[in-house]
Amino acid sequence: MNSELPPEFIVKVDYDRCRRCRRCVMNCSFGCMTFKDRVVPEHRRCVACQRCVTYCPEYAITVSKNELAYKENENWSPEIRKNILKQAETGGMLLTGMGNPREYPILWDHLLIDACQVTNPSIDPLREPMELRTFLGRKPERLEFSMDEAGEIDLVTEIEPQVRLDVPVVFGAMSYGAVSLNVHRSLAMAASRSGTLMNTGEGGLHRELYPYSGNIIVQVASGRFGVHSEYLNTSAMVEIKIGQGAKPGIGGHLPGEKVGEDISKTRMIPVGTDALSPAPHHDIYSIEDLSQLIFAIKEATDYEKPVSVKISAVHNVAAIASGIVRAGADVVTIDGFRGGTGATPMVIRDNVGIPIELALAAVDERLREEGIRNNASILCAGGIRSSGDVAKAIALGADAAVIGTAALVALGCRICQKCYTGNCAWGIATQKPELVRRLNPQIGADRLTNLLAAWSLELKEILGSLGVNSIESLRGSRERLRGVGLDSQTLELLGVKPAGVGQ
Amino acid sequence: MRRNCYIPSGCSISGMMSESGKRLDGNAIIRSIALMHDRGNGLGGGFAAYGIYPWHSDQYAFHMMFDDMDAKERCEEHFKDRFEIVFDEEMPTRPGGVFEEETSGRHGDFGGQPIIDPPILWRYFMDVPEERMRFVSEREYVVEEVMEINSKVDGAFVASSGKNMGAFKGVGYPEDLGVFYKLGEYKAYIWTAHGRFPTNTPGWWGGAHPFCLLDWSIVHNGEISSYGINKRYLEPFGYRLELRTDTEVVAYLFDLLVRRHKMPIELAAKALASPFWKDIDRMPERERRIATAIRQVYGGALLNGPFSIILGHSRGMVGFNDRIKLRPMTCAKKDDMLYMASEESGIREIAPDLDLVWSPRAGTPVVGVLEEGVE
Ligand code: SF4
Ligand code: SF4
Repeated sequence: MNSELPPEFIVKVDYDRCRRCRRCVMNCSFGCMTFKDRVVPEHRRCVACQRCVTYCPEYAITVSKNELAYKENENWSPEIRKNILKQAETGGMLLTGMGNPREYPILWDHLLIDACQVTNPSIDPLREPMELRTFLGRKPERLEFSMDEAGEIDLVTEIEPQVRLDVPVVFGAMSYGAVSLNVHRSLAMAASRSGTLMNTGEGGLHRELYPYSGNIIVQVASGRFGVHSEYLNTSAMVEIKIGQGAKPGIGGHLPGEKVGEDISKTRMIPVGTDALSPAPHHDIYSIEDLSQLIFAIKEATDYEKPVSVKISAVHNVAAIASGIVRAGADVVTIDGFRGGTGATPMVIRDNVGIPIELALAAVDERLREEGIRNNASILCAGGIRSSGDVAKAIALGADAAVIGTAALVALGCRICQKCYTGNCAWGIATQKPELVRRLNPQIGADRLTNLLAAWSLELKEILGSLGVNSIESLRGSRERLRGVGLDSQTLELLGVKPAGVGQ
Repeated sequence: MRRNCYIPSGCSISGMMSESGKRLDGNAIIRSIALMHDRGNGLGGGFAAYGIYPWHSDQYAFHMMFDDMDAKERCEEHFKDRFEIVFDEEMPTRPGGVFEEETSGRHGDFGGQPIIDPPILWRYFMDVPEERMRFVSEREYVVEEVMEINSKVDGAFVASSGKNMGAFKGVGYPEDLGVFYKLGEYKAYIWTAHGRFPTNTPGWWGGAHPFCLLDWSIVHNGEISSYGINKRYLEPFGYRLELRTDTEVVAYLFDLLVRRHKMPIELAAKALASPFWKDIDRMPERERRIATAIRQVYGGALLNGPFSIILGHSRGMVGFNDRIKLRPMTCAKKDDMLYMASEESGIREIAPDLDLVWSPRAGTPVVGVLEEGVE
């Protein structure tokens, strides 16, 4: 690494406090710390993952931004200059991890939720039942009933398979390979304790997790890694991944060095080979091809599981989602441009796709206009950060929200965006055994369960303040949202009135 | 005349029905709602009555409100070739009408607000021409026409559009409106009534309750906090929610579930005020299956927020509350009479000796059914 680039961060060690325990040297997986009679940081390697800061028993380490003075220029930001320098040095694409960090508007932060006063009472969630139970899957438009001579009413309509969620938040797709097995273990345990789902991502499901089948979405992506009939049937739901918010239209690449024994078995590829996911599915070049795959999966799973199709939020998302529903999908997962990833070309992550808020609003509205909203559930992914975002997503029309990055943060991730290096100091985006060990799956599961429990409590408070006691009454109820600081066209697209306007 | 702002309101409601189909004049229901005078504020009231037009029972009885003669002409122009008008006349009214009795709920000086400034009130008894029903059912056709008139014909409003029934409503206290509309001279086997307490002054007659479509009538005390999604749920089915009153969603939901989806009325009430999951989980198998399916499929029809509602239709009357009973309702029986009201006193006022009085549980509908064979 003979780069001319100045370091991005400065690591300062307070030698008065430092006891020379060398814990930071062991903890820094990016090789920043060496010990030469005292700890010497190599600033250039630091990614600000805060591992050393957290684990230094004397709190002797601080990491700060290297605030270099650049000649002021709004157009040529320091980041842009650094990127050009990097590319001039390497001649390669810039790789990065996690979701789009740039300053595009975050519409969640421009939406506000209503509450009751006087004319309709708010409800106290500590005293009254508050229902979050949600079902994912295709619903008929109407039910038919029969009545026998004795006047007994019975249901005639057969309802297609539904997956029950006790909290309207599911864990997003993160493949074993991109993340460690301990992450998968944590997610699976937490999903089963919280009554929700985890998603295998495109790397198959480790056999050890088969007992959690009732809480697992198994993914079928363009590489078809680890896809076999037992895999498809060890699930609550199957998801066909077409796109991902962080890299719409882009395939994936898991370098061979990460493909050890276990991953090789799970993905069904030889040890040490690169796992390449093509950009498109090579058997899906049209909507009718997608339909065939949906029904092939339904056949393989005996029509017992809903099939979801995941797409990234792109310009024409509403029409695409409508096609997907008509092609037979029971669930549509829309992933916004803030959605995370293990590795993506920076130019794609930062410049492609549209905000999930607009995509979600457009899809929900389109499906309603076409009278097919009941035919599929909508999962909203990509940039959900809090229960407030979940509530707003549901009010815009989502059946449930999907969290990936937020779940990883609960596990320790500091969003340093170095997932693609395989050196994750928190044992998340890595396969190195000494790093993987850092994440204890029991503790990870506890932390994820806590997060969902906390969000459930908060969602119930929101429902109570809205004067409703069931999540169905918030779902799609855009009347309970108001926009601040949004232009009229955005408001119109969101189907939301500006703050200050009554009902 | 259409008000362009949404107005939350509180209210009183009352309903009575003779299950054997005996027709009773409107004096009793007026007394019942007059007793609950203080629950309204004189800005809206009304009545629905079933069985009042036996001599025109095959025709759709349109109770119309017009802003002016031009609106009436526009509307009659619109009716031409869409309907066959069998008979039409001005609604008999007593301008300046005022309820003069004393009740234990209203004393001379405080009540009595003569009804003034009514719109032009006219009723039409109409058949649907044969050729209009080639592609849609007769009732479907009438629903579409009602939507069309209310949204497109400026200055015209359909107050009710059912057979052998009608709505009598306006701005004022309900008991005064009862006198204004001469309800003592009508005979009905079901009467429902409403006194309104809007938190604003709409001054629009069409906005009063009952809200009617075909033979559905709704009187409603409360606010529908789930209005936003109920509206979006209904729109793809062709309902136009332009009256900006949350009560219209109730009428349309019943129309959708019972008339179009052919759901038994008790189940429709269960979709609108569904049992909680904790109770569903404890139900016997068949009931659990039905209740679960209803919640899965009709989540958009769930009414949330505080309400008590009396639904009238030509074969009966249904009263029900929100899921945690945030608004009051008492029911009572005496011989073949079924009563429902916001307050028990509203029933005792007209039927002091009752066989049975009870407060229905939250979300549990009380269903009154007209005996078979009663026309
Ligand atoms: S990379 Fe992480 S552990 Fe290493 S010095 Fe920087 S903050 Fe500390
Ligand atoms: S997963 Fe690890 S490498 Fe990736 S952003 Fe989080 S802490 Fe950094």
